[in-house]
Amino acid sequence: MIHAPSLLRCPFFFFFFFFFFSSSSPPPPPAASCILPPPPLLRLHVISSLARTPISLRCSAADSRSPSNREMAAQQDPRLAGIAASIRVIPDFPKAGIMFQDITTLLLDVKAFRDTIDLFVDRYKDKGISVVAGIEARGFIFGPPIALAIGAKFVPLRKPKKLPGEVISEEYSLEYGTDKIEMHVGAVEAGERALIVDDLIATGGTLNAAIRLLERVGVEVYECACLMELPELKGRERLGDKPLFVLVQSSVDAHDHH
Amino acid sequence: MSAVIDEDPRVNGIKTKIRVVPDFPKPGIMFQDITTLLLDPKAFKDTVDLFVERYKGRNISVVAGIEARGFIFGPPIALAIGAKFVPLRKPKKLPGEVISEEYTLEYGSDCLEMHVGAVDKGECALVVDDLIATGGTLCAAMNLLERAGAEVVECACLIELPELKGRDRLHGKPLYVLVEYL
Repeated sequence: MIHAPSLLRCPFFFFFFFFFFSSSSPPPPPAASCILPPPPLLRLHVISSLARTPISLRCSAADSRSPSNREMAAQQDPRLAGIAASIRVIPDFPKAGIMFQDITTLLLDVKAFRDTIDLFVDRYKDKGISVVAGIEARGFIFGPPIALAIGAKFVPLRKPKKLPGEVISEEYSLEYGTDKIEMHVGAVEAGERALIVDDLIATGGTLNAAIRLLERVGVEVYECACLMELPELKGRERLGDKPLFVLVQSSVDAHDHH
Repeated sequence: MSAVIDEDPRVNGIKTKIRVVPDFPKPGIMFQDITTLLLDPKAFKDTVDLFVERYKGRNISVVAGIEARGFIFGPPIALAIGAKFVPLRKPKKLPGEVISEEYTLEYGSDCLEMHVGAVDKGECALVVDDLIATGGTLCAAMNLLERAGAEVVECACLIELPELKGRDRLHGKPLYVLVEYL
């Protein structure tokens, strides 16, 4: 058998196991959408225990158009392993049963943070995107560097009563009750093309509200971009026909996410 | 009116992009709105460049940004100078073990938190926020970093409200701003 420890240091370790263990591939995604084929989560549990990754399991996901796991693995960028490894999981935050995905440890890793931005910039430059909208507050960390690099403006989408000027609001439902996000009137113009950025997509409620907010004023939402996805919460489906791009997916037992 | 602190020709373009919103969050306050600056890619880039040019090569390994507008300016500076970014947050937002620093407001008090282990002893830190008013929040930020053993090299803000004398509350540490609002 392969000597596991030396393999663990190799960023291609993950790829090997994707490759080696996957049997049946998920069906190819419909051509018109950018829905990522679901990863082989069961097999990834094996990877997770061997690689001694933190409790929450990680699989790396890149572009959504790969028809098979083998191709998906081959296309995966070597920077993703370092990014995934730098995210810390905090159990039982903000309440019991939730495995919180903490990106602050990624921000302490200069290379991982830079790689994260580079991966998004590589994807979104030269696509005619003139607006990057970031969702308060962790979207404020990742959105501006992307905006600066692709020459787009940055628009903060905020909780109620934070923006000082005239705003438009979009309400969305939570597990219990509702919340609202707001955008300044005049921040964007009809016909502009926008990217929406947040650190994580869980149920997709907040991202969906952000999409609606931008579309109400005539903006074309090109894609939603997050570092992480919790696929079991099916946030992707809540985005309707809007594509979602994520760097890392995590399988957690969780509910009551944003 | 606002005045330009730094004589660099880019600063004037930055100054003109900041929008003043009267009576926000309450009557009598002239709120300095930087969101309009963020809508101008050149002005936003110039802002970041001015800070990066000042702090590059000075052995700063930590940029600490104060929630939430410090999160917009801090990370691009951190990335460009090769430093880590540390978010300083309102209570109960950071998920891991934290240290807290309380500070006084006009009425009552508030608290700023930082993750334990985010900074190491002896690291050189820059604190970033969009604006300094009374200096209470910046002072709390500096205390957090110093309690963790870091050395605060400077505080950096886009805007200062000099009449509120925030500069005097920074333990003698230097403050660098681009624009004053008088």
